[in-house]
Amino acid sequence: MFDLSGKKALVTGATGGLGGDIARALHAQGASVAISGTREEKLQELASELGERVEITPCNLGDAASVDALPKQASEALGGLDILISNAGVTRDQLLMRMKDEDWETVMRVNLEAHYRLCKASMRGMMKARWGRIIGITSIVGVTGNPGQTNYAASKAGMIGFTKALAQEVASRGVTANCVAPGFIASPMTDALNDEQKQAILAKIPAGDLGSGADIASACVYLASDEAGYVTGQTLHVNGGMAMI
Amino acid sequence: MSDVLARVKKIVVEHLDVEEEKVTESASFIDDLGADSLDNVELVMAFEEEFDIEIPDDAAEHIQTVGDAVKFISEKTS
Repeated sequence: MFDLSGKKALVTGATGGLGGDIARALHAQGASVAISGTREEKLQELASELGERVEITPCNLGDAASVDALPKQASEALGGLDILISNAGVTRDQLLMRMKDEDWETVMRVNLEAHYRLCKASMRGMMKARWGRIIGITSIVGVTGNPGQTNYAASKAGMIGFTKALAQEVASRGVTANCVAPGFIASPMTDALNDEQKQAILAKIPAGDLGSGADIASACVYLASDEAGYVTGQTLHVNGGMAMI
Repeated sequence: MSDVLARVKKIVVEHLDVEEEKVTESASFIDDLGADSLDNVELVMAFEEEFDIEIPDDAAEHIQTVGDAVKFISEKTS
């Protein structure tokens, strides 16, 4: 089950903890992966860890032309592109009343517009192949909201709506589009919280623990697999029961 | 029958799975040949590959019939 041998995947934001875990998981199931991110040495590290079936495709997701070119770059390096995982994302948290236009624009550009551009540039090959998997890494916050994150929540909710529309457009061609919505995931950011803050978060999670990158990566493996071919337009929440939607 | 028309017909027949007699120059992809909007996009992609040309989006919007496609492609490739 969930064998991805022969499949070619592009993972953005692969220098981050989550993106790295997603790339590792797809690779472990047999996929060839193109890893993209802004920090090239981190990509090099991940590439040498994975060994074979890996290509490095650096990209600044804030730059439209680079984003448009990325799927083609990945496809040329891998010999095709079957799976797109838009994982890269940024936050510029601020109360709305203090938010600068730039904070809004950066978050929308990197989190939402880049996903649109990547999907558009990937679609041709997937439609021709009559097989494709689009997976957007959204967030629980896109569904529940969170103070200080109007920009981030809007971008992540936007990704969910976008995915539902795209899923309907291309379902008849064997291409599925879905989202994975992580809850609280252990990361350098959550490590920096003090005990009191951690307790407050954990109190809201029935599972009693933070999620891991591997939890998210496993959800991606499932949605990327042949077995998930009948699942489209969905958002798979991976959050330890923190929100049941 | 021109070479372009023959090649266009072949693509349309294969892609839309219709009988060749129905693929006349005045046949509309959507109204007469049962294509949906996504089929139209795919047909344009197939024409681009077959004739090694670029069909910009604004031109693609005006390719509604087999004849439109033949005319556009003939102009591009002549």
